Amino acid sequence: MKLTKTVVMTSILALVSGAAWAQDPIALKLGVLNDRSGVYADLSGEGSVIAAQMAVEDFGAADKGMTVEIVSADHQNKPDIASNIARQWIDSDGVDLILDVPTSSAALAVAEIVKEKNKIVMISGGGTSDLTGSKCSPNTVHWTYDTWALGNGTPTALVKEGQKSWFFITADYAFGHALEKDASAAVTAAGGEIKGQVKHPFPGQDFSSYLLQAQSSGAQVIGLANAGGDMINTVKQASEFGITQGGQTLAGLLVFITEVHALGLEAAQGLMLTDAFYWDQNDGTREWSKRFAERHGGDMPTSVHAGVYASTLHYLKAVEAAGSKETEAVMAKMKETPTDDPLFGKGEVRVDGRATHDMYLFKVKAPADSKGPWDYYEQVSVIPAADAWRPLDQGGCSLVK
Amino acid sequence: MFELLGIPPAALFGQLLLGLINGAFYAVLSLGLAVIFGMLNIINFAHGAQYMVGAFVAWMLLNHLGIGYWPALFIAPIVVGAFGIVIERLFLSRLYKLDHLYGLLLTFGLALILEGLFRNEFGVSGQSYGVPASLTGTVNLGFMFLPIYRAWVIVAALIVCLATWLLIEKTRLGSYLRAATENPELVQAFGVNVPLIITLTYGGGVALAAFAGVLAAPIYAVSPGMGSNLIIVVFAVVVIGGMGSILGAIITGFALGLIEGLTKVFYPEAASTMIFVIMAIVLLVKPNGLFGKRA
Repeated sequence: MKLTKTVVMTSILALVSGAAWAQDPIALKLGVLNDRSGVYADLSGEGSVIAAQMAVEDFGAADKGMTVEIVSADHQNKPDIASNIARQWIDSDGVDLILDVPTSSAALAVAEIVKEKNKIVMISGGGTSDLTGSKCSPNTVHWTYDTWALGNGTPTALVKEGQKSWFFITADYAFGHALEKDASAAVTAAGGEIKGQVKHPFPGQDFSSYLLQAQSSGAQVIGLANAGGDMINTVKQASEFGITQGGQTLAGLLVFITEVHALGLEAAQGLMLTDAFYWDQNDGTREWSKRFAERHGGDMPTSVHAGVYASTLHYLKAVEAAGSKETEAVMAKMKETPTDDPLFGKGEVRVDGRATHDMYLFKVKAPADSKGPWDYYEQVSVIPAADAWRPLDQGGCSLVK
Repeated sequence: MFELLGIPPAALFGQLLLGLINGAFYAVLSLGLAVIFGMLNIINFAHGAQYMVGAFVAWMLLNHLGIGYWPALFIAPIVVGAFGIVIERLFLSRLYKLDHLYGLLLTFGLALILEGLFRNEFGVSGQSYGVPASLTGTVNLGFMFLPIYRAWVIVAALIVCLATWLLIEKTRLGSYLRAATENPELVQAFGVNVPLIITLTYGGGVALAAFAGVLAAPIYAVSPGMGSNLIIVVFAVVVIGGMGSILGAIITGFALGLIEGLTKVFYPEAASTMIFVIMAIVLLVKPNGLFGKRA
């Protein structure tokens, strides 16, 4: 098995002269399990490992009597590989917490194993809202985003602004269908109308045909229910065909800043998107992101990286408060203590495992308005935490009484 | 206004034109593959990766050396073609006497290595490459707004296809080449340097892939995976056209682009499968492909 393993000892306890141990140090092992070579490597990958390390350092684990070791592995976006690594980590390597896990199918598979072994998983990269819905687990915390929040966020906010008629370009697989279904429902619920949709094979290469169909539908907004390379190519070709210049708005349902970076502002300008985090929001995010970029080859963090940082921090606080790493105690602390960190602000971990915080509607800047590299987003509106997430009683989670 | 199967003709023309543009890429890529297979009997699985490298070379020329699109259109194929020549001399030339499978495995491995290296260096999301200033904008064709760059793609692809076909079928050099594939020993005995011709042919085929890569750079995201997305379709095009048939590759490339374009209108979900359905039918009826000569 190809298993890249970077082992980092983040803290070694130093003996303070004359001080005796009050208690045995808590030794923690965190495993960052994500895509290190495939389509999600930029938005998760090594950046998530750096984020977890930064959380351990910022928390000051060493001073608080904890030793924390971080391991990482490439699950190649395959649920079977992800399951094997998770199993091995827990059974033979003594991993206490698994982090990140992009790709919904891999996230669901890992959540299942973690539940069986009674450890903890904190998802940031994986998107499916089933993680805190029908497939929820007492051992799962879901940070950053989910398909419900994304499908709901951009459509609701845009319809409120008067962008009422929509056309969807949808990737023809489970993820695309789910996103389109949620987004269509949100458009209709907010009083908008669906002019049509087209499903494209996944992965696609040329999207001009679908863009032309969207253009001739006369819809005000073209919703992109696809992701990664498909989304990038759709946006690039939309700019080529002058879709946005023609007055239509492009709304990406799943867009990360690394993808906007790859597109360049010339092609991406005007794109509307919902995300949980942007580096240039306030002093806290700027300070953290600057430190992150210094360790990540100058690349700014994605919301997934930020989510790994915030979830690791929350976990460490809970361990400290519980005084042990025992799963039930730590999960209970995580759910009863409000979340508070410089990246997502205040929030909570709900009983179904959903970590809630505000979400934001962003618009990609025109090249002339950008002051330099990574100055990409302009904040259009805040989606308050109360509206951003699926109401507790609608997820079908068995933990909700 | 009349309608065809519920689609207004204006929309249909637009879609056909877009199909033709995609067909232009299929044609140039499958042409390179057909040349390499026809002359060297090598199934060049690295073709998609070489196409990707072509696009990246154009990107690097622009971002590191400030060399724009037009020079890149010539420089990138030469650079990548030269790289192909090195590969041929070092590795492929040792495999001609063996089964096709060895060449296929070698080039497949090469493709994986190239993609891995570029992914490591540039990340998976890729880089952006703008449309050259002289080709920006759109023209109003009445039934659609056609980006000028897309029109240029068709023109460039047609020129390259025609030139390659003429070179191989109508010139003295081409006749040496064709003779050398039929009977290398005899042609060598006449004083023609056959290994050199073969090496140059592989370099030429690879250069075609790189040329398509530069053409694609302003339209598609320049990313390490851009070739592997396309290569399977291009192989289907070559199989339908008849392995090794130059004319077959060109005609099939354009034709399949058109058919795919129509599928995207009438039943978009099947757009990527359609080509393989056609491939299966063609192989049932004409196992050597539409233009294949060999029995």
